Amino acid sequence: MNHLVILPVVLPLAVGAAMLLLDERRHKLKAALSAASILVVLAAGIALLRLADAAPVQVYRLGDWPPPFGIVLVADRLSALMVVLAGVLAAAALAFSLARWHRAGPRFHVLLQFLLMGLNGAFLTGDLFNLFVFFELLLAASYGLTLHGSGTARVSASLHYIAINLSASLVFLIGVALIYGVTGTLNMADLAQRIPRIPMDERVLLEAGAAILGVAFLVKAGMWPLGFWLPSTYAAASAPAAALFAILSKVGVYAVLRLWLLFFGGGPGGELLLYGGMVTLAFGLLGVLASQGLARLAGFSLLASSGTLLAVIGTGDPAATGAALYYLVASTLGVSALFLLIELVERAREPGADILAVTAAAFLGADDEQEPQEEVGVAIPASMALLGLSFACCALLLAGLPPLPGFVAKAALLAALLAPDPVPPAAWALLALLSLSGLAAIIAMGRAGVRIFWATQRSVPRVRVIEMAPVALLLGLCLALTVAAGPAMRYLQDTAQALHAPRAYIEGVLAK
Amino acid sequence: MELILSLAIGVLAGSGVWLLLRPRTFQVVIGLSLLSYAVNLFIFVMGWVRGGKAAFTPPGTPVDPLLFADPLPQALVLTAIVISFAMTALLLVVLLAARGLTGTDHVDGREPEE
Repeated sequence: MNHLVILPVVLPLAVGAAMLLLDERRHKLKAALSAASILVVLAAGIALLRLADAAPVQVYRLGDWPPPFGIVLVADRLSALMVVLAGVLAAAALAFSLARWHRAGPRFHVLLQFLLMGLNGAFLTGDLFNLFVFFELLLAASYGLTLHGSGTARVSASLHYIAINLSASLVFLIGVALIYGVTGTLNMADLAQRIPRIPMDERVLLEAGAAILGVAFLVKAGMWPLGFWLPSTYAAASAPAAALFAILSKVGVYAVLRLWLLFFGGGPGGELLLYGGMVTLAFGLLGVLASQGLARLAGFSLLASSGTLLAVIGTGDPAATGAALYYLVASTLGVSALFLLIELVERAREPGADILAVTAAAFLGADDEQEPQEEVGVAIPASMALLGLSFACCALLLAGLPPLPGFVAKAALLAALLAPDPVPPAAWALLALLSLSGLAAIIAMGRAGVRIFWATQRSVPRVRVIEMAPVALLLGLCLALTVAAGPAMRYLQDTAQALHAPRAYIEGVLAK
Repeated sequence: MELILSLAIGVLAGSGVWLLLRPRTFQVVIGLSLLSYAVNLFIFVMGWVRGGKAAFTPPGTPVDPLLFADPLPQALVLTAIVISFAMTALLLVVLLAARGLTGTDHVDGREPEE
């Protein structure tokens, strides 16, 4: 039994709880503790990733009770990958917050640690009820982080966010209770073994329970029509919080991917995911084009990426799932960097300028051209150039253009979709939507970028190195993901194969 | 017993959903509380309703699982109660903050136009 598996859950809990005892004014000590904890968790995640790649399933039995009676934590390739991703985003959000945000309200670091704990727990747990508990933990911390910095917009957005997620949690509980009532177990591996042996008359109840559980996950993932809350909440949240929230919707996708493949082997419900994902993608695409503010644009890109993931997972093809996982990593890093960048960029602009961007493009385009060009060749200072470069990188990532991993991801997705012979009509539709979403992203980002960076009247934002570093880190990781596309793809294809053939997972967990 | 329990769950859930859809924040909070009571009862019932089952048997008697009440749903309900209690408290704080900042108790933060 490897104690490394429980470290990403226990360490943030202990550090977060200990920080509650510290005086609120000791910012430096708290920041140092928080950073140390996140770095150790990240290192543990990377160690788990290597372990999981060598020996697929690491099982941690709490109190050494044998499963299915005891609770287990399971680290396989997918869990380890998600833990590393959460650690990277937490590190970036923390570094960004050190400039200003962590002093904007009480207990920022504590909430950050608890959110990290909830995320890691949700990724590592091998038990349905603990999944609920960790969901609640990460949601509770995310409610606090949404409110961080206060203000009318944040409080009213959080009110909606909390009400919707509390209702989703209740739906989650109903699903869990139904599944327990039929099967008598909540251990995921044990459930996977028992579900095929459920008699026909009880199967209806079980499938109803699974469907209700799915609704709870899809609310988190933001599938249309369950995801209207997402853009406004994420746009209202402070920049470091929003950057971390980029992975929250992926928790829903993770749960769907893991449980659907484990319980039903990718059988029933696939069409629902495929078409639901496609509608979500279309909705996200329209939203990206119609967004007046940059933060809402990022929120809708997040919806579009959720839609892409759900639709591709819904095809039930292991090769497509592998490509989808690559897309998941790339898009999460990209959207998170965009959320951080937006705050830096917005400082340079007149308040409310973004509201006018769309309408100005539609109605005032002719007037702009007639203006006399007095200030020809405004020198772009270094900070503006860096911001512009990062913004262009984000645009390339979201649109799926080379040389960033968005392109590799989309190419792999399309290759996997077009592999079967004959190609099903749904795959053609998804292909068209994917291409259109790239076009929409480049139009929207291009429009916003021209307004921000080529505007003649603006003040130069004061950007500190500690704020630019996390954006550079996230984008640098994306670049590394392109360079190492071969090994990364190999790992992710192995992950997808293991998800589609979960025998090793089940035997690993239930082994005496 | 089953009939009473299912009626109770139905009434609680129905009232909860109705209140959840009302425009005032306090009604939303009460609606969520009622819904969580309904769900807690529902989890409890999922361990099957059987009377006369002991939680413990005296030492020395043979261990027969059929004689026990299922302890797991009770443990689940306990956890769910604690969580929903904490979340309701949090929601109440946000409700008060929203009331203070916007000056209205409407869920959208502004009164609908007449």
